[in-house]
Amino acid sequence: MTPSQPVWRVRSKVLQAIRRFFVERDFIDVETPVRLPAPALETYIDAVPSGTQFLRTSPELHMKRLLAEGHERLFQMGPCFRSGETGKFHNPEFTMLEWYRAKAGYLDMLVDAKVLLAFVTREVLGKTGFDFGGGRVEMMPVWDCLTVEEAFVQFAGWNPVAAFDPDRFDVDLVEKVEPCLPHDRPTVLKDYPAAAAALARLKPGNPAVAERWELYIGGMEIANAFSELTDAVEQRKRFEECAAQRRAAGKEVYPQDEAFLAALAKGMPESGGVALGVDRLVMLLTDSTSIEQVRPFCREQTAGVGG
Amino acid sequence: MYSASDLRRGLRVEVEGVPFTITDFTFVKPGKGRGMYTCKMKNLLTGSSIIRVYRDNVSLGEPKLEEKHLRFSYAEGDTLVFVDDHYEQSSLPSSVLGDLRAFLVEDMEVSILFHNDRPIDVTLPTFVEKEIIHTEPGARGNTATNVLKPAQIPGGYEIRVPLFVNQGDIVRIDTRTGEYVDRVTKK
Repeated sequence: MTPSQPVWRVRSKVLQAIRRFFVERDFIDVETPVRLPAPALETYIDAVPSGTQFLRTSPELHMKRLLAEGHERLFQMGPCFRSGETGKFHNPEFTMLEWYRAKAGYLDMLVDAKVLLAFVTREVLGKTGFDFGGGRVEMMPVWDCLTVEEAFVQFAGWNPVAAFDPDRFDVDLVEKVEPCLPHDRPTVLKDYPAAAAALARLKPGNPAVAERWELYIGGMEIANAFSELTDAVEQRKRFEECAAQRRAAGKEVYPQDEAFLAALAKGMPESGGVALGVDRLVMLLTDSTSIEQVRPFCREQTAGVGG
Repeated sequence: MYSASDLRRGLRVEVEGVPFTITDFTFVKPGKGRGMYTCKMKNLLTGSSIIRVYRDNVSLGEPKLEEKHLRFSYAEGDTLVFVDDHYEQSSLPSSVLGDLRAFLVEDMEVSILFHNDRPIDVTLPTFVEKEIIHTEPGARGNTATNVLKPAQIPGGYEIRVPLFVNQGDIVRIDTRTGEYVDRVTKK
């Protein structure tokens, strides 16, 4: 292989291309608190404590408060922290991109993601595709898009939308579904079972599924998107369910973010949002096998502090 | 017992009574789901590999493994018999050594891995010295060291040696690779 650009150069170009993309499209680049009293309640995401508060696991709740204040196009790229997540694709500290649009749904956000990733690939590499993990990935052609139901029926032999089994869902997703997804082009799984909705709204007309998608490239999960849940009552109920599950599992239960719930109650426009792992995008564009290779001093950091 | 945070490459664990070595290990977390660990593990009894997916609340047994130094005593059919300093015998099928059987000689000190006091594996000394019992002479004047030719050692094992090695020479062999290292004495 020809000597490619140094990884830090590619990383720098990725960050700049992302910022340029959003700024040119009239998105506001915002910085919300990194340290906060009430991290988003999710069953399997643990926050790193910081004094009496926590480091954010995602900027999601503050971004939505800005949407509720009437800002229609927002993005943020910066550090997030998740305790105990260390592996080839995970580091307790990582860089997340999130963008939100008012008056948009999850499929509008999919169009944004396609245009963004084609733009970044071209800006950074000067090409429409790249080599990753021994294969070629083309970013330009039509992306594959499967519903979760189609993917599970085809690759795992059961339908999680008809009868949800959380344990079996996660294991089969990793063991059976993900390995069968194509690696030569981006692939989207959409319409998650309502029980795996997280902060997505249920599909109008089909409440068995949530308006959520996940993007896979080169076999790696790269982004997650929702038609955002804007119903304060339903949101509080889901937080309470997560809190109960965390309590039952012996995990710390974070306080409810009342300011966020109040903002929802006051009125948040219908919106779409995407969270994208920037380190993983850099891994793709540099054909790296581990997140350590694309974050300066990452190895030293994990050896020193753990998670 | 080991928990998820103990998992790492090289760790020996026990699953359903069988000892395994973890040869590869990846943390995975699907979407908003629960963290899992995919472990590629080698069965220490059979040598075969399996892949298992474990949850973050996994608890794996610690195998009772012990390494002891014994001397090779004799072979009876396909069974190799080793003795310790107190002449206590342990036997293993010769298949555990495979081709490396040719390197084992009487009185050689080896390391034997016991699982629950049962011998399961033999590790030979890293280097052994063997006499070349047959090889074709190298062409005169050819001093190239990167050209290899076949040569036989006792026990029917064939190795590749440089052209300057002759019949009757003693050579050093790396038992991890089964390959020639250097010439010890020249005939």
